[in-house]
Amino acid sequence: MSILRCISRRVSILRSLLALTFIASAAAQAETFVFTAIPDQDESHLQERFGKVAAYLNEQLGVEVSYIPVKSYAAAITAFRNNQVQLAWFGGLSGVQARRLVPGSEALAQGFEDQLFKTYFIANKSAGITPGESLPAAIKGKTFTFGSKGSTSGRLMPEFYLRQQFGSGPEEIFSRVGFSGDHSRTIAQVQSGAYQVGAVNYSVWESELEEGKVDPTKVQVIWTTPTYPDYQWSIRGDVDERFGDGFKAKVRDALLNMNKPELLASFPRQSFVPASNDDYAPIEATAKAIGLLDE
Amino acid sequence: MITVRRFLIQQESTVRKLNGVCLLMIGAAFLALVGVDFHIYSVDPWEELSRIGLGLVTPGWSDLSSLLLALLHTIAFAFLAIVVAAPLGLLLAMAFGWLPVRLLCAAVRSVHELFWGLIFMQLFGISATTGLLAIIVPFTGVFAKVFAEIFEQQSPQPSQTIPPSAGILKRYAYTLIPQSWPALTSYTRYRFECALRSSAILGFIGLPTLGFHLETAFKQGQYSEAGALLWAFLLLIATIRFWLRPRMIPFYLIAAVWMLPETIGFSGGGSLWQFISVDIWPVALREGNWSALGDWSVMMFGKQIWPGLVQTLLLTQIAVVLSGLVVLVTYPFAAQSLAGPIMRWPGRFLLLVLRSTPEMVLAFVLLLLFGPSGLPAVLALALHNGGLIAFLVANASDAERKSLLTRPDDPTGIKRYAYVETPRRFPGMLAFLFYRWEVILRESAIMGILGVATLGFYIDSAFEEIRYDRAFLLIVVTALLNMAVDSLSRRMRGSFSSFNRTK
Repeated sequence: MSILRCISRRVSILRSLLALTFIASAAAQAETFVFTAIPDQDESHLQERFGKVAAYLNEQLGVEVSYIPVKSYAAAITAFRNNQVQLAWFGGLSGVQARRLVPGSEALAQGFEDQLFKTYFIANKSAGITPGESLPAAIKGKTFTFGSKGSTSGRLMPEFYLRQQFGSGPEEIFSRVGFSGDHSRTIAQVQSGAYQVGAVNYSVWESELEEGKVDPTKVQVIWTTPTYPDYQWSIRGDVDERFGDGFKAKVRDALLNMNKPELLASFPRQSFVPASNDDYAPIEATAKAIGLLDE
Repeated sequence: MITVRRFLIQQESTVRKLNGVCLLMIGAAFLALVGVDFHIYSVDPWEELSRIGLGLVTPGWSDLSSLLLALLHTIAFAFLAIVVAAPLGLLLAMAFGWLPVRLLCAAVRSVHELFWGLIFMQLFGISATTGLLAIIVPFTGVFAKVFAEIFEQQSPQPSQTIPPSAGILKRYAYTLIPQSWPALTSYTRYRFECALRSSAILGFIGLPTLGFHLETAFKQGQYSEAGALLWAFLLLIATIRFWLRPRMIPFYLIAAVWMLPETIGFSGGGSLWQFISVDIWPVALREGNWSALGDWSVMMFGKQIWPGLVQTLLLTQIAVVLSGLVVLVTYPFAAQSLAGPIMRWPGRFLLLVLRSTPEMVLAFVLLLLFGPSGLPAVLALALHNGGLIAFLVANASDAERKSLLTRPDDPTGIKRYAYVETPRRFPGMLAFLFYRWEVILRESAIMGILGVATLGFYIDSAFEEIRYDRAFLLIVVTALLNMAVDSLSRRMRGSFSSFNRTK
């Protein structure tokens, strides 16, 4: 970057700060296509890993592509709504929330695994709960932790099946309900007995089991939910206007053709398959049913 | 409230007043103990705790440049925020006698930096501006309040020598500001340390500061990386006094502006108008559907506001009193007159660790030890805030060593602790505790992992659920609570500030 451009950028930051007004730096950046992604496991070195994905998209789309790391679903949705990012790798629920806020936006592609995603209910062995075909009634009165508040596999779906099974909300079923904030934390907290029962993304559980982070003598899966659609790529509706006709289709193709293992490992998914907004209607209905979304 | 006041007024001796305030606080904490939920669960934390311990003693970071960059971003945000917030706070402090200013300051202080971050993100995207404003706005409120109180404690005589026709600005410029200059600058230095913490924490929502990596490392159980980040942060805080030199400030200012992270992709199309005209108002209100609005309000009050308010007040009350206990137990180990010039360093190190470790990390470790309840929340808040106040108290004690108050025949050891240091430090310590009340209130927002539903917990949920109408109402309630607490603590402090002044 030339020194001059660097200075002008610094000046514009200062000016926008002092005047608290918007500086139209748009002209310089309008052609950059920006995306964000919050993977469901291993959030470390995001910039490095997704920088490679940006380079791949750059090559496929013929426009400059940047990646912004974001840590919370709320921040990702805000960035999508503000048009700071045009493409985002959302969870099932956050995708529905984001697309509701941005008319015309659509789900482009989902991970192969996301067609049939599921949640494991896990319990500390000391809680004495026997695994069952349905949610064991013995979990009543125990302590329980969800993952993060906006998570599909760690919050939405487990809460839905809890309500379906017991006819009441988590606060009435359990003696205490926490939000660990993350699937790895959920496993760590249930394994240590801090919470007796938890709900966790199955793929995080499987990979931690493989890596030896899970001690099967201390914690076990007690029930698996039916499958549901989860993570997906969502794109804003106005990208064709901004980046040229057929841009959205190009993005979809680029995503579906992404086959390098080192790129796919960032998500981590084995491949991407087509998806549509309708695929997520069950998620939206579920969110409405438990009161996480308004009508 | 009225009884409190009468109770305070009836006391004549300032020492009695102090005792009265303390008894009242402790009594309230005991009452809170009855209502609060302190269940201890049997847990098996040692495997996870040993991993954490191992990570702390074997810190490791593969990519040094990213660590360094995060460190520099953290400093840049904190530094620029203070450079803007301190003068703004000073201006507002001059108008602090005016009630609307006081209320405005109490309101902006009551919202956690993370929530300010999410609010400004609607307007400025994920950008340096968002990060800076998220610190500047609440810090301006804090500066205004504390500066105003510093002015109150000054002797009124110099200002009486200025002709009455001289304006308020002259009065401040020629008497009050010079009089209180050492206090103002030392407080600003201390606030810079707080800004570094806030700046680091803002990484949790995506700004490229230390918290960005710390949260990830901690969440993923990569404790060696978490250890490296914690050590880096401790080192940063511990060395402030070596690198923050007044004459270096212009240089730092330029460097900090240079260091601000680049904004990617945001073109100023923020949804400000959408946000203030639509998002923060409930649908029922926008549609004029009064019965639905009634239902919404009843639901919010019954399910979130009232239970959140009760939990928040109970936890905060106990945490404040426990913080005081932590101060009384830890500060002697860090004060030179009590621990000696060499032995105070382990004590100072302990206080550094307590005040620099983010509460989220403390809360997680305590959760592993005690299981989920109000107990880890209260302990985390008390350890963090107690460590912070103990550091200030120990500093005040050390500063006094050079003053005229020191006598060769001063007692030593436990007698000095009981009869000299603690009584002298006590009014100041109480004042710090009253400040921290509202900080504790704000920080209770992060206690969601403990299953403790405070007001902050519901605000956090509302942001996660993209329900800004709920977030807005809850923030208004929190702000009102903060204003009430602020005026109560002002009144209580008034009862012993005269003690401070005669000192």
